[in-house]
Amino acid sequence: MNNSRFATWMTWALILGMIWTVISRVSPAQLQAQTGSVPKEGFTAPDFTLSLLDGGEVTLSDLRGKVVLVNFWTSWCPPCRQEMPAIESVYRSYKDIGLVVIGLNLTAQDSKQDAAAFAQGVGVTFPIALDLDNSVSNLYRVTALPTSFFIDRRGVIRSVIVGGPMSEAVIQSKVEGLLQEDQ
Amino acid sequence: MFPYLRLGPFLLQMPLLALFIGFWIGNTFVEREAVRLGLNKEKINNLIGYGLFGGILGARLVYAAQYASVYVANPLGLLSLSTNTLSPIGGFLIGIAAAAAYGYRHKLPLRKTLDALTPGLSFFMIAVGVSHLLSGNAYGSPTRVPWAMYVWSDYRHPSQLYEIFFALIIFTIVLPKVIPASASGMRFVQFVALTVTARIFLEAFRGDSILWLDGYRAAQVIGLATLIICIVVLRQWGRIQQNESNIQ
Repeated sequence: MNNSRFATWMTWALILGMIWTVISRVSPAQLQAQTGSVPKEGFTAPDFTLSLLDGGEVTLSDLRGKVVLVNFWTSWCPPCRQEMPAIESVYRSYKDIGLVVIGLNLTAQDSKQDAAAFAQGVGVTFPIALDLDNSVSNLYRVTALPTSFFIDRRGVIRSVIVGGPMSEAVIQSKVEGLLQEDQ
Repeated sequence: MFPYLRLGPFLLQMPLLALFIGFWIGNTFVEREAVRLGLNKEKINNLIGYGLFGGILGARLVYAAQYASVYVANPLGLLSLSTNTLSPIGGFLIGIAAAAAYGYRHKLPLRKTLDALTPGLSFFMIAVGVSHLLSGNAYGSPTRVPWAMYVWSDYRHPSQLYEIFFALIIFTIVLPKVIPASASGMRFVQFVALTVTARIFLEAFRGDSILWLDGYRAAQVIGLATLIICIVVLRQWGRIQQNESNIQ
């Protein structure tokens, strides 16, 4: 095959590519069909209801309309401990304009007392949810700690950060981006 | 999918490892081709280094510029190791600009340099496919074909495997120079043309495409535009070559 023939082949590829692009266009019906609840960027965050450390319950789907940061942590995990003050600081700065943070403690691998003592020591003011049987961490396929899910106002996961500690700038930039979006 | 490997207190990101290996092996192909084309191997390595460093720095700076108030208040955040705070487009453009600036300053011949980079880039595209397979990114659209993979709670096209397969085919065309190139730089243009053609075709099987007006997939539209440029360049260079040989 010489160059001229290659260029001709590519011209045919262009014509077929144009037709293919039109044929493979995504219709609104297909878009809806691709929506599912999976712990992955671009999908709806799997729903859960958990008890809170201070009493009461939290249900993720009740928080639609707000930007949600779900942070999986334990009190014995060093990077979780290191990033907690940064999360608290960002929460205090943005809670009044629509940020909700759920500190999701993997209580099955931790203890309620240790979690409470640590949260109190850091001065955490956001709700701490207790995953007593690992059901939510399994649902979110958490394989490393800490893991953070940034969820937009529509309940879609927009960013997942595995490992840490996250710096305050990282958390702030993710949260600000989502808060600036229209509902 | 195999996104992470825990090694004691460290969390090894397997997709990044695949890209690193792809880069490393790809670089050996580049070095070999640079020598064959009579280019200075060290200068080509430096060009890649500048491109890589510029790309990483640019990706972080462009991301930070989008959230300027955050990074002005916390400038140390710029040094974060997180790959989640990078702007891929910013990194790509600034990386190319940095490499181009180095090449211009050191008078590297553009077309020959692009030809030298081609086998390495072609191998790196295989690594990109592998990294997508490991991370679960670039996943396919739901389907019921017999070879569908169950991923992200649905049976989907194994789009990452398609990607690897086509990248391998392009690599086996590009490396042994199956298609003759009558002019310098032609081999690079051939590689780009083949790669975007594959992308236009494969994008239709993706479940995570960025959509533009009326549901058109952005990658396909950009691919078509790039393919037009490639065809124009191929025909133009071919014509110049023809005229030169007629004069001789």
